Amino acid sequence: MPDSISRDEVETRVSLMGVKAYLLTSLLVFALMMFAGVVLRAAQGAYIQIPPDLFYQIMTLHGAGMVGTAGFAGAAVLWYFLRQYVRLSGKVLWLNYFSFMAGVALILAAILIGKFAGAWTFLYPLPAHSMGQWTVAAAAMFMIGLLLIGTGFLLLYLDIGIALMKKYGSLGNALGLPVMFGLKPVDPSHPTTVVAATMVLIVNFTGIAAGAVVLVLCLFNLWNPEYRLDPLLIKNLIYFFGHVFINATIYSGVTAVYELLPRYTGRPWNVSKPFYYAWGAATLMVLAVYPHHLMMDFAMPPWTLVMGQILSYLSGIPVLAITAYGALTIVYRSGIRWDVASACMLVAMFGWAGGVIPAVIDGTLTVNKVMHNTMWVPGHFHFYLLLGLLPMVIGVCYYLSNNKENGGKPWVDTAALAAYFVGAMGLILVFLASGADSVPRRWAEHFESWRFLGQLSAIAGGLTLGGFLAITLRNLIKLPKAKIA
Amino acid sequence: MLAESVWILTLVSLVLLSGVFLFVIANSGDKQEYSGVQKKWYAIRSIWLVFLFVLGAVVTYATLLPFPIPDQTAAAGADTTVVKVVGHQWYWEIDDTEYATGETVEFHVTSGDVNHGFAIYNGEDRLLTQTQAMPDYVNKVRYTFDRPGTYKVLCLEYCGLAHHAMLAELTVQ
Repeated sequence: MPDSISRDEVETRVSLMGVKAYLLTSLLVFALMMFAGVVLRAAQGAYIQIPPDLFYQIMTLHGAGMVGTAGFAGAAVLWYFLRQYVRLSGKVLWLNYFSFMAGVALILAAILIGKFAGAWTFLYPLPAHSMGQWTVAAAAMFMIGLLLIGTGFLLLYLDIGIALMKKYGSLGNALGLPVMFGLKPVDPSHPTTVVAATMVLIVNFTGIAAGAVVLVLCLFNLWNPEYRLDPLLIKNLIYFFGHVFINATIYSGVTAVYELLPRYTGRPWNVSKPFYYAWGAATLMVLAVYPHHLMMDFAMPPWTLVMGQILSYLSGIPVLAITAYGALTIVYRSGIRWDVASACMLVAMFGWAGGVIPAVIDGTLTVNKVMHNTMWVPGHFHFYLLLGLLPMVIGVCYYLSNNKENGGKPWVDTAALAAYFVGAMGLILVFLASGADSVPRRWAEHFESWRFLGQLSAIAGGLTLGGFLAITLRNLIKLPKAKIA
Repeated sequence: MLAESVWILTLVSLVLLSGVFLFVIANSGDKQEYSGVQKKWYAIRSIWLVFLFVLGAVVTYATLLPFPIPDQTAAAGADTTVVKVVGHQWYWEIDDTEYATGETVEFHVTSGDVNHGFAIYNGEDRLLTQTQAMPDYVNKVRYTFDRPGTYKVLCLEYCGLAHHAMLAELTVQ
């Protein structure tokens, strides 16, 4: 049936072009957002002077841009590896690409033209209370932009869900529930990527749906201020959505580690009972742990805050004891072939496990009293994102545009990665040190005694950006030409 | 102080974690049969898991009893001063800002507009305690001022254009 073969071939090419488009777009946006981040820290360090309205606009752009692009890049990695096992639609992949771009355009217009600066968390009722800085239309444009991005992701996840159910019968089978409950033996051929994809689908579909609900409610309120919402309920929904979405990025990206380390070490990474339990537990915990963002909302029922602390502790265990530990075991005495891609996978495991430490500590109610909304918080999530998620994405870019076949200069790649790693580590440590020094996050102007930390951070951020620009440039040249399957 | 202890604990943990990763990288070259590696390191993982669970349980017990947040439904005791606090864009409305050394104050914190973060800093700009200031809700936070001096109230929840300038002072005689 030559026609159907050729249709398949076209579909494959369109899909792989889509993966490249996602990855390259992500690298470019990440670079721009990193530049915005360096500007913010330089302003806090008084290296440069920018007015507070512009500072908070850039802060909103940096937050929304980074979170959205992290989701976008994570989805590309997950989609690329998952399509080896189930039939995914290239059209839906592209549909999400264009709805994402349309959402980004609206968000950029809201911030740069409409001067919206309500932070990416758009915490109710701030978008409607700008005190004259931005209009209701600008706030609405921002929220509609987010809604558009969320809708695209929901469609992508629907396609993934349909594909998983067609192949495995149900999401429970794909996640490994029958094995967890002892109804079936472990089938080592069941792909780790399928388990991860099912978890991401369940949590992120739920999270984004909650985000869509809260966005629609807030949009009603913007135009009809007499339609008042419960601020605590809305805060719960926003943090539920935000927590799940940003966590899902790294749970998506980790499929690269599961797929690539076996190829570089020659050792299999098979499913096992502990693996299923870890991912099953992670599914529940990612959904239920979000009250740790609300520990300083004492009006919350106390049991939710206790649950937030306990689940914060427990949610570190699958990462530390299963995934990171598994990665170390597979590399140990394996004769691994080291290159940028394989190095990135191990850096990613270090970044994820390292980010867990300050996060778990801050998930302690007593500690949260002196750390909440200080620089400690960006310290821990920059750890996850800069040294966890991004190395996964960078590693996949390098893997797809293989060095040898594509004529790269390994020392340039190594130097770029080293600059990025050293800069990012420095940036993270300064964030954490600033948090320990009680420096607030999201402040346009810092007290004089805090400015030195901002300056150090700007220097470290500059080094990170320099390394990342070299990585981006290299991939902009190599990846479009790469032959991938 | 708690923040410094947390910082040191984090640094020590990161050094240990780095050590583990460097050890594995240094030992990644010599090829060894995988089943032997799995057997040895998965046995250690079981001990590691038990350690993590026990550590988590002990820390949970130690940090949640007594519960670190005052009972939000109970009335303040006779020896506690109640002070009402309302956050506004971009100033604090505080009933009483002068206290005696050793006085326990229960701040009843709310907001007149958007979310704010009511945070008390000491004279060395160190964060002592905080709670959220939220419209339609009252959060009660208690603090005993052991030392005389001037304390600052800063906003720790982003609330718009002059968020960073939303300062107030408390005086303890």
